[in-house]
Amino acid sequence: MSPTVAVLDYGFGNVRSALRAAEHVGATAILSSDFDTCLNADGLIIPGVGAYAACMAGIDSVRGGALVDARMVAKRPVLGICVGMQIMFEQGIEHGMSTRGLGQWPGTVDHLLAPIVPHMGWNTVAPPASSSLFAGVETEMFYFVHSYAVQEWTMSDTDPYQHPPIVTWSDYGAPFVAAVENGPLSAVQFHPEKSGEAGLTLINNWVGTLT
Amino acid sequence: MTLAARVIACLDVDGGRVVKGVNFVDLVDAGDPIELASLYGAAGIDELVFLDITASSSDRETTLELVRRSADQVFIPVTVGGGIRSIEDIDALLRAGADKVSINTAAIARPELLREAAQRFGSQCIVLSLDARRESGQPSGFGVTTHGGRESAGLDAVEWAQRAAEFGVGEILLNSMDADGTKTGFDLELITAVRGAVNIPIIASGGAGVPSDFAAAINAGAQAVLAASIFHFGEVSIAQVKSALKADSIPVREPTRLVS
Repeated sequence: MSPTVAVLDYGFGNVRSALRAAEHVGATAILSSDFDTCLNADGLIIPGVGAYAACMAGIDSVRGGALVDARMVAKRPVLGICVGMQIMFEQGIEHGMSTRGLGQWPGTVDHLLAPIVPHMGWNTVAPPASSSLFAGVETEMFYFVHSYAVQEWTMSDTDPYQHPPIVTWSDYGAPFVAAVENGPLSAVQFHPEKSGEAGLTLINNWVGTLT
Repeated sequence: MTLAARVIACLDVDGGRVVKGVNFVDLVDAGDPIELASLYGAAGIDELVFLDITASSSDRETTLELVRRSADQVFIPVTVGGGIRSIEDIDALLRAGADKVSINTAAIARPELLREAAQRFGSQCIVLSLDARRESGQPSGFGVTTHGGRESAGLDAVEWAQRAAEFGVGEILLNSMDADGTKTGFDLELITAVRGAVNIPIIASGGAGVPSDFAAAINAGAQAVLAASIFHFGEVSIAQVKSALKADSIPVREPTRLVS
């Protein structure tokens, strides 16, 4: 039986593309804001575009923090995309204002330091050899569109879930975190659902870990 | 690690069908935007623009359906432009699966639309489509035009670009009405002038004729290059453009075929 993937519906993100990409690689995908549906799906995708504060308000409105916590306790995979990745960190700073994130990982989402922002387009990434998300697409380019990112990774190897984090970096003006794989919690700053065959392969790799 | 220069194809769509001449031998139905989009995707295009030239509002639903089908089948970024007048129009297109929307005339009529759109949906999905042409009397020497370049909007093109960037648009689709259709190369003076005024990405549009034209536009300050008819008629291939860019030491995306 194909794994079920819930795409969290909280009013943000190109959910249609996320749903179709998951279906494309063989998952049964559903769009839902229902806590139990999202808790019990084999995989949960948290999309997100736009402002950090607005996204966090949306996440709070569907009890997204408790949902991610509950899935982590149950060791059920979650994949955050773009702002859906950024909210996993402690805070986001936009226009000088700090917004609390879900705090799954230490770190701050801050403005990219580059002459031309947003970082918009296809860029390479540097996944460590231990990455399973990037298996087969290590040298491919992925589609990014964002003005903010985590530029400092401070988590030690002794994290709360006992999974050494696998951090993939990219570079635009300065190095930034392009992806994190940390036990059941994974996230990517780029849009795999918009990154052609490379992105579909990555989603397929993630769906392949679901039971 | 370096950001690749984007190569973008623009499809003119009327009532859900591609118009303005498409001449690909491999197509079953040359008028089907999705078939064409898939073909371009396989050819390595980095992004697609659907320009909705539909005049009647009754055809808007057709356009939304096209965007939905595209999002279902083509997994690369898609921008939709043409006739977008309100926050509701933008919302409908983004919900249908568009990644970005480009706004032109409605922003000239009411610039606040850009600010409202960027605040509501995020800068990354709001593109200013700017049709510029040389106009004496404007400080930069370039004016903003409407109606396909036939009428002056009475605005300086460089100042307008700057203002739109301040309003929060994430990108400028810069169309040179002087170069459009000439196939003599992109309007490098225009690109240079706008690049000097804004720090958001610029898509150069209008005038592409041969592969070497594209590198010149990137070197003048554009982050992306857009063409329509020369791609549709097979005069220049996506691979040729990327080879020419690479030959000029400009990074490009060359995807490996991964999925059978």
